[in-house]
Amino acid sequence: MASSLNPVDHGWRKHLPLVNAFVRYGLLILVGFLMIYPLLWMIGGAFKNNAEIFSSVGFIPKAPTTDGFINGWKTSTEYSFATYLLNTMKIVVPKVIVTVISSVIVAYGFARFAIPGRKWLFALLMATVLLPKSVLLIPQYLMFREFGWLDTYLPLYAPQAFATEGFFVFMIIQFMRSLPLDMEEAAVMDGCNSFQVLTLIVCPVILPAIISVALFQFMWSMNDFLQPLIYLSSVEKYPVALALKMSIDVTEATSWNEILAMSTIALAPSLILFFVAQKYFVEGVTSGAVKG
Amino acid sequence: MYSNKWIGSLYVTPFVIGFLLFTAFPFVASFLLSLTDARLQDQLGAANFVGLSNYSEMAADSTFRQSLGVTFAYVFITVPLKLAFALFIAVVLNFKLKGIGLFRTAFYLPSILGGSVAIAVVWRFVFAGDGLLNQALSGIGIGSVNWLGEPTTAMFSIVLLRLWQFGSAMVVFLAGLKAIPEDLYEAADLDGASRLKQFFLITLPLLTPVLFFNFIMQIVQAFQEFNGPYIITAGGPLKSSYLLPLMIYEEAFKYFNLGYSSALSWVLFIIIALFTAVAFWSQKHWVFYAQDRDDKGGH
Repeated sequence: MASSLNPVDHGWRKHLPLVNAFVRYGLLILVGFLMIYPLLWMIGGAFKNNAEIFSSVGFIPKAPTTDGFINGWKTSTEYSFATYLLNTMKIVVPKVIVTVISSVIVAYGFARFAIPGRKWLFALLMATVLLPKSVLLIPQYLMFREFGWLDTYLPLYAPQAFATEGFFVFMIIQFMRSLPLDMEEAAVMDGCNSFQVLTLIVCPVILPAIISVALFQFMWSMNDFLQPLIYLSSVEKYPVALALKMSIDVTEATSWNEILAMSTIALAPSLILFFVAQKYFVEGVTSGAVKG
Repeated sequence: MYSNKWIGSLYVTPFVIGFLLFTAFPFVASFLLSLTDARLQDQLGAANFVGLSNYSEMAADSTFRQSLGVTFAYVFITVPLKLAFALFIAVVLNFKLKGIGLFRTAFYLPSILGGSVAIAVVWRFVFAGDGLLNQALSGIGIGSVNWLGEPTTAMFSIVLLRLWQFGSAMVVFLAGLKAIPEDLYEAADLDGASRLKQFFLITLPLLTPVLFFNFIMQIVQAFQEFNGPYIITAGGPLKSSYLLPLMIYEEAFKYFNLGYSSALSWVLFIIIALFTAVAFWSQKHWVFYAQDRDDKGGH
């Protein structure tokens, strides 16, 4: 019995890699489609009229229209969506710049110097990564109120100028530690001081890590909602995140295409950056976990 | 590399200042505030010292107990499911198939965008009464569900939003899988070990450092979820998705109870600290570092 079945069994097993690949692809395509569908539906919905959004589950618009974009751009406030996009950039751009500069400087100190109490400082740095931000929220709010910073953008990026985001410092430290020291030592021999070594030798080499930090901080700041919600009170200063939240409270029942259109615009910078610079995201998210 | 300690200290100074001013000071101050009846609209000088009464008040506060309960439910459902799913997809992706990069992109994308208000808004439309999900359900003959109007399904909507963002954990798992030496599997194949056995005896043990990292990050993040409940469900219905960070926010900035809100934030901090501490303490029992293996192998 067994021997007569054997050739059949063997014949089936010969195709096993093919079956295996088929099952894998099938599963990946199914999951991938479900994952991406909400995004496709958002983009498609932005080009539909409202009646179609409510009547069809497909994402390709039957009668494409840009009404959603035109009316959504005007918003229900006295400012156009351009104001909110510009406000977002006024927060995000300085935040990314000060984060990168302060993180690189502090990481350099940790990675290349024997600082007194370094072990403790490093432990504190890592603790800031795990500390829930909500425990700092109220005292920070009161502090910035004392500074007269409420309803300004300063509370949203001034702390980042002091390397307060331990995750980014850690990422750069890990990257610096993986580099050979020969170039830097040669530069010191040639009479460079440590700051010149940092700016002239180290920075160009750690550029991939710098790009990762900048991209992550860009995305996270674009997404940030709680901080602007607390600190900004006048509508003219709202970033996109607050403007979108406000628009669903005002117009939810009727104009879905406007809101989907503005959501699409709100995500467009992040989407484009993600596709252009994907490898930096993957490197960034894995550097801390695997190398460390 | 450099021997001059003081120049090094100079580079680290921004961090020390920032840590003292924006982390250490607020951290201590929030505990002190939690011992007072401070109100948002008053000067701080007007606040009275009330001892631990904010903390004892919590024991009698049914909203707090509800919030604590749903927060634990949220974390205990999302973290294991998200990690299991991320690991499963990472294992499926970790094969030399064509187009794998494309799938990785598709799976990773939601975790980059998922925290945004735009996605929360889309989510609200997907789960709305006449939203995408109900249209799809009635399309296949199932009646519509009041997703955001029922406690269990409202919770489901924000749980699903977090699970949707499994990509960053998956990318970390994938990098961990790539670091496992191929020869271990070849040896296991020669010994006749099944694929399943190889997964539990080779893959999983060697992946524990990465699992540990992912576990800590996911726990810390899940306990701090704010955007989903605030924007999609507003904590409702009947406080069924009223996660602790949302309650902390509302107590402070809607009801102006800074003292009580600070006490709540300290409870959240202690919970997260306990989970992290237990994880770090327990890692010697289950996390398997490559150096250990080399050491043991060498003797």
